[in-house]
Amino acid sequence: MDANRAGAGFSKPQPLSHKIHLDFPLLAGLLALMCISLVVVYSASGESIAMIKSQGIRMLASLFALIFVAQISPTMLRRWAFPLFIAAVGLLVATLLFGHVGKGAQRWLDLGVTKFQPSEAMKLILPVMVAHYITRYALPATLKHVTIGAILIAIPVFLIYKQPDLGTSILVASSGIFVLFLAGMSWKVISSLVISAIPFSIMMWYFFLHDYQRRRVLTFLDPERDPLGNGYHIIQSKIAIGSGGLEGKGWLNGTQSQLEFLPERHTDFIFSVLSEEFGLMGVIALLVIYLFVIARCLYIANNAQEPFSKILAGAITLTFFVYLFVNIGMVSGLLPVVGVPLPLVSFGGTSMITLMSGFGMIMAIHTHRQVNR
Amino acid sequence: MFLRHRTPIRNQTAENALFARRTIIAFCGVVILLFVLVINLYNIQVNSHESYQTQANGNRIKVIPIAPNRGLIFDRNGIVLAENIPTHSLELIPEKVKDLSATINELAHIVSISDEERARFLKSAKRQRRFKSIILKSRLTPEQVAKLSVNLHSFPGVRIEARLKRFYPFGESLTHTVGYVARLNKKDQAKIILDGEEATYAATRDMGRLGIEKYYQKLLHGQPGYREIEVNNRGRIVRILKEELPEHGQDLYLNIDIRLQEKAYQELAGRRGSVVAVDPNNGAVLAMVSSPSYDPNLFVHGISTKNYNKLLSADKPLINRSTMGTYPPASTIKQLMALAGLEANIINEHTSIKDPGWYKLPNVERKFRDHLAWGHGNVDVYRAMEKSCDTYFYDVANRLGIDRISTFMDQFGFGQYSGLDIHEEKRGIMPSRQWKRERHNQPWYPGDTISLGIGQSYWTSTPMQLTNATAIVAVSGKIYRPQLLGASQGRNGLLQLPADEKQPVILKDSYNWEIAKKGMWQVVNSPGGTAYKVFKDANYISAGKSGTAQLISIAADEKYDAKKIRERHRDNAMYVGYAPYDKPEIAITVVVENAGGGSSSAAPLARKIFDIYLDKNVSNNSSLLAGNSMQKKTVSSTSQAGTTHGR
Repeated sequence: MDANRAGAGFSKPQPLSHKIHLDFPLLAGLLALMCISLVVVYSASGESIAMIKSQGIRMLASLFALIFVAQISPTMLRRWAFPLFIAAVGLLVATLLFGHVGKGAQRWLDLGVTKFQPSEAMKLILPVMVAHYITRYALPATLKHVTIGAILIAIPVFLIYKQPDLGTSILVASSGIFVLFLAGMSWKVISSLVISAIPFSIMMWYFFLHDYQRRRVLTFLDPERDPLGNGYHIIQSKIAIGSGGLEGKGWLNGTQSQLEFLPERHTDFIFSVLSEEFGLMGVIALLVIYLFVIARCLYIANNAQEPFSKILAGAITLTFFVYLFVNIGMVSGLLPVVGVPLPLVSFGGTSMITLMSGFGMIMAIHTHRQVNR
Repeated sequence: MFLRHRTPIRNQTAENALFARRTIIAFCGVVILLFVLVINLYNIQVNSHESYQTQANGNRIKVIPIAPNRGLIFDRNGIVLAENIPTHSLELIPEKVKDLSATINELAHIVSISDEERARFLKSAKRQRRFKSIILKSRLTPEQVAKLSVNLHSFPGVRIEARLKRFYPFGESLTHTVGYVARLNKKDQAKIILDGEEATYAATRDMGRLGIEKYYQKLLHGQPGYREIEVNNRGRIVRILKEELPEHGQDLYLNIDIRLQEKAYQELAGRRGSVVAVDPNNGAVLAMVSSPSYDPNLFVHGISTKNYNKLLSADKPLINRSTMGTYPPASTIKQLMALAGLEANIINEHTSIKDPGWYKLPNVERKFRDHLAWGHGNVDVYRAMEKSCDTYFYDVANRLGIDRISTFMDQFGFGQYSGLDIHEEKRGIMPSRQWKRERHNQPWYPGDTISLGIGQSYWTSTPMQLTNATAIVAVSGKIYRPQLLGASQGRNGLLQLPADEKQPVILKDSYNWEIAKKGMWQVVNSPGGTAYKVFKDANYISAGKSGTAQLISIAADEKYDAKKIRERHRDNAMYVGYAPYDKPEIAITVVVENAGGGSSSAAPLARKIFDIYLDKNVSNNSSLLAGNSMQKKTVSSTSQAGTTHGR
């Protein structure tokens, strides 16, 4: 317990990685995922150089975002938590009121120069906010603080859900819930929540879910119900994965993807392309890299010096896992189709920048070793 | 240790431990859930791999059948009777055309495009895949093709497509013999499914509907090939994986001589009637004409209701009179009646009777009139045939009785299917006691027998049957099943169809054949013979028998007067014959409905056919089916497809 050694000047010399606030093992894992992304997107896009370029540019942008965020110390983050949260909620309300409609949902806010998805920012701001709130008090968090935390979570989740964007609202909700979980929310509360989830979900089904969301769930339960409509995606995806077998059909040789039977193959269903062309072996290789990234992040979280950092890093990591679990579960027929990309591999911009910013926060936590005053 | 923080007292150790615990739980959760994913993927990728592999192939591989080219049909001299010619149609691929209606408007400046064509196009453009070619205008004339071709470069996505369609260059004259093909309809589809031949007809558009086209549908059709292709999710062909070429239909060589066929049809033009000619030595059908007829090409492209209704006229052009027209044979069977009498020893070569111009049964008032009211005087069997004396044959028939007549005539094929290789055929009637009992529920009266002697009463026969009966006499009893098909040419080369010889007619005294033939010779060659004038200056010697079939009964004391009788009720003119007399090569029947006397209206037509067929200078040395010149003349359907034959 050397937390009382206040004099920063006496600490041992910092390694380079700490000076530039990066964690090289984690960075290596992330870059590996990006490489896989480029390889599979190239195949899924029908060997489109243009798409590779565009994906590469996004990766570069998100790397810069990571480096930038990594420079922000957790202390600074805490200072800005509340104003950022208020601003993000405001933007969500603004999106609902004036948002740009794309694919039947209002997710985009047109800022003139670029379009911006406030819900993406919320994926990071919410855990920061909840972690900031909950760690102001002693842990484990009391029921009162958990309840207030839950209200903080519910506001943006509801706003995002109204857009409607089920996928993002699930991810935002889980980022907040993981904070509560890591803050030591009591098992009693957890179990009573799980039990009450059953009547709640029935209520959701009848009163809150949109028709298309209900169809998705029904289709998930029985894809053959609607083989040419909603079930088509799941059926074609499973055919792609299954026909890949153990070793896969080889890069650029996946018939399901190359002949375009697979829908959304470079975005949400990119995992199916990878499975078809690289087989179970390729899939396991990918999962090992993911597991490495998660393990490294949890290691960082556990070694962080104060509760806010620990909880924030843990929550971001677990949310990252939710991404990949929901995506893979969805394309392989374990979960209903909700629009969640395969993190860092799917083609597409906003989610990658958010994710990398999240990893930037984790690196910041690892490298800004401050002491409690 | 600092005592205080801004926050209440915190137990950092406990908090760290709590966090570590929660993290480990979360990490375990992560690992377990990843494991669940992997197990599920293992299930899909390894356990169910084969099933999904099959489904993936089912997605991408499509088998497209390739229709075989229909075999061609030739006459005995290798002249094309049915061929496949490309018909050109103007087609558009919607995907490649920017503005469909603007393009159609521009095309309409080059060729006329009716509102109906435009509407049909737009309708199918909505339903079909956008990269599939859709017909805007079909059956382009060569002029239209030329006009469009020079302008096509400015119309991307517009093209002229050639498809093979059946074409019958000789049109009407052969319709009832060769038949025609027409679009596969629902009935055909049902039959195809019933026969389990879906695979064979998978790519076929047309089906033989009549005559040879129908009877030899299987031979002409061939076997389809297929192309295994890889398609993408929109059905667009990505590449061809495998290709098996179709086995094209066999080419058929008919025994028909188109020269005879055309001549006979021209001669019948505008009249109702039939001409059937066969080779008595093997049953080869040399000509089979039915008039009036219609253009078979109308049916190939789908006949309009208006045109079809025209075919339902009172002249019944749809009926094949050669095999479905049942006519009273009239005097054309007198030589057979003579044979029956000779065989039964009722008459002999020298038996003669006195003909007063009528015949009367003892104790019955009714007179059976001779066509010559004042009678022929003393007639023997030869003179009876030569002059077509009715009274003589009334007597023969009466003395023979119905049983002996019907038994004898059965041998010549009356009342039976001829076995000709088309489906459209009727049996006609060879009456007998049993037949009358079954048909009319009446006993046979002696009076019924008497008019059988001159081929009237209940007796009806098709021209095909009459020709066969004549041929049997010509070759002294040998019987061959009549055949339209002479040879087929398929993958295994040319296959000659052998003559199909039946149980012959054997007479107790074969000299009787000579008597019958001599009688027929006299008809043509004796100055008093009914057909003497017609054949007077022919280069060959023929034999024959004229007939004039009465269609309404005329009272005993009434005189037949053609002018008084409505055209439909006038007599049918008939003639049967064969030539050359000593070595017969052709036997013929000519029937001209409501034309009056056989010798004046039917015999001249027979003469013209004989003239052509027996003209040794031009004719049969080039015959494909007779000579060995076959090899150089054989043309396969494949190489023929696409070329146009003029008439």
